[in-house]
Amino acid sequence: MAGTGKAHLRNNDDVILRVEDLVMEFPVGHTGLKVHAVSGISFDVRRGETLGVVGESGCGKSTTGKALMMLPKPTSGSVMFEGTELTSLSPDDMRAARTRMQMIFQDPISSLNPRRKVRDIVREPLLIWKRGTAAEQLEKVDALLEEVGIDPQRAAESQAHQFSGGQCQRISIARSLVLDPSMIICDEPVSALDVSVQAQVLNLLEDLKAKHGLTLVFIAHDLAVVKNISDRIQVMYLGKICEVAPSNSLYTEPAHHYTKVLIDSIPVPDPDVAIHQVAIEGEPPSPVAPPSGCRFNPRCPAADDRCREEEPQLRKVGSGHFVACHHPLIGGEAPVAVRR
Amino acid sequence: MSPQQAASARDLVQASSRQIEGPLLEVTDLHTHFRTDRGLVRAVDGVSFSLQRGRSLGIVGESGSGKTVLSRSIMGLLPKRNTERSGSVYFEGREIIDLPMAERRRIWGREMSMIFQDPMTSLNPVMRIGKQIGEGLRLHLGMSKEDARATALHLLRDVRIPEPEKRLDQYAFELSGGMRQRVMIALAMACGPTLLFADEPTTALDVTVQAQILDLINVQRRERNMSLILVTHDLGVVAGHTDEIMVMYGGRMVEKAPTRVLFANMKMPYTEALLNSIPKIEDPSHTRLNVIPGRPPDLVNPPKGCRFAPRCSFAQDRCITEEPPLMTAEHPEHVYACWYPVGSPSHRARSAELAANAGAR
Repeated sequence: MAGTGKAHLRNNDDVILRVEDLVMEFPVGHTGLKVHAVSGISFDVRRGETLGVVGESGCGKSTTGKALMMLPKPTSGSVMFEGTELTSLSPDDMRAARTRMQMIFQDPISSLNPRRKVRDIVREPLLIWKRGTAAEQLEKVDALLEEVGIDPQRAAESQAHQFSGGQCQRISIARSLVLDPSMIICDEPVSALDVSVQAQVLNLLEDLKAKHGLTLVFIAHDLAVVKNISDRIQVMYLGKICEVAPSNSLYTEPAHHYTKVLIDSIPVPDPDVAIHQVAIEGEPPSPVAPPSGCRFNPRCPAADDRCREEEPQLRKVGSGHFVACHHPLIGGEAPVAVRR
Repeated sequence: MSPQQAASARDLVQASSRQIEGPLLEVTDLHTHFRTDRGLVRAVDGVSFSLQRGRSLGIVGESGSGKTVLSRSIMGLLPKRNTERSGSVYFEGREIIDLPMAERRRIWGREMSMIFQDPMTSLNPVMRIGKQIGEGLRLHLGMSKEDARATALHLLRDVRIPEPEKRLDQYAFELSGGMRQRVMIALAMACGPTLLFADEPTTALDVTVQAQILDLINVQRRERNMSLILVTHDLGVVAGHTDEIMVMYGGRMVEKAPTRVLFANMKMPYTEALLNSIPKIEDPSHTRLNVIPGRPPDLVNPPKGCRFAPRCSFAQDRCITEEPPLMTAEHPEHVYACWYPVGSPSHRARSAELAANAGAR
């Protein structure tokens, strides 16, 4: 699964974001060791599209999301957003570029300033960028708050702790929209919420995306959630891309063994299907010393010597469907003996 | 003593302390109210149920439904200050609701124990794993240091931690989230409790690890003949792992049934709405999710009639004025609190009406 390669990149004008060979490494103290958080991934997002990024903890999905915002700047690689190369921008230009791409985070309560009134939090970006008169700003803020389902009157009087988790996430969404960005990076926006509230927020994101013509990068570990909101899904493991596919074909015809594991691990709310099978044993290895060859090989049921030595490249197995695996579940040259 | 001997000594202690007759746990009209500046928060408001030996019960509900407070009230983990508790908790044939702290501590770990949601903050950060597991063994079972260590190693093997010898001398921060949760399970099972509480044990974990941990809890439960109370907000988690399910809303039990009966024939519109709000992997992407509008009730001033009525698409006048009692469904162990349950004529009529409206829009 090591998944380097660019066979899946698309060449047309409506690509809003194009990432090539993105590498993100962090030093481990003064040991000289490095955490290989993201190791050379390439992907693109079309205008108006929702790209889902899914994987376990430590697969580099959040690091990727932050690297798009240059938080911090990637170790190497290129991030082209709306025709601008972000990695070479000066800090001031980057600040300006961030008005076009916004981010919402996992923990909605800690991502809002606890000491300020909610309406002021949502208005702050407009004050910083001096957009419009005070009256225009407040009108815009109130309209957005209404749109996400928060009473503007209450928002003017209350602080974040007076709202529930779901409401705080709505407030974060309103704040991210106030500068009219073209792209929003959502980093596990519903993981901390109850299922009932999760459904409300997912529907809200779909509505806002349609209304404001947004492009979304939606990062989460729950494949069912990601599938619901995304047009395309990118599966990551230990800093590499395993598979990229349209949401529906990823589920009906997973090509990568790891994707299959993720699908099989989802608990099914039906006692008759839930005759339980553990889909995979163990946990991902340390990103400080990732395995050679395909990074999934130590846990993969189909791994052989080739997988331990040679890194697989992303290649096409279907329409818009790419996989980095020597022995994919579909589209391989020959059937593989799978040990279980 | 070899590890095997230590383990058999432990099994002997477990067996001798176990009674055979009657339900293991019987909770009657349990109320837990918290005094706050805003008024009395009725977190648990009159819950009754019983749990048989070796059985597993899932408690499901949204945040603020009272599921966590219920499990903590039974175990006696809530502070006395500003808490009002009434009702009865009968465990192993005796009343434990007002036990003094010294006696309660004898129950914790040895007869009932709990696995918490966040394994990082529930483990002692400055005590080695082996010593932490051994602490209860030495205190409750009077084991020597060496025996406790040998038993701790045995337990770490039981929960399938890789390299268990090495883990004994490590600290919690040196382990991954999944491994920490395995240590929590070993810790909770160390003294052979008859009742295990697991409060959102997998919410902080990845899906792949979640499946492993749920499986582990179930295997250990069967091997040790423990009863399990699994608290979660995810109906998917309880479906495959419990014998019975209790649904809570606004501090009350609103439905309870054997798992298969519940999924085949749910009565409360709330249970159905909760199930329908989970995104289904087999649905095509961009399928509109069914939401439960609004939020759970304020437990200082809960609604007068059915507590779910303000959010219920099927509520009628009676639901707003009169609280439904627990009624028994076709299956004798299936109870629910609803005037117009799923499948009743008025529910069916309203469903048709809603479907027509949705079509017209």
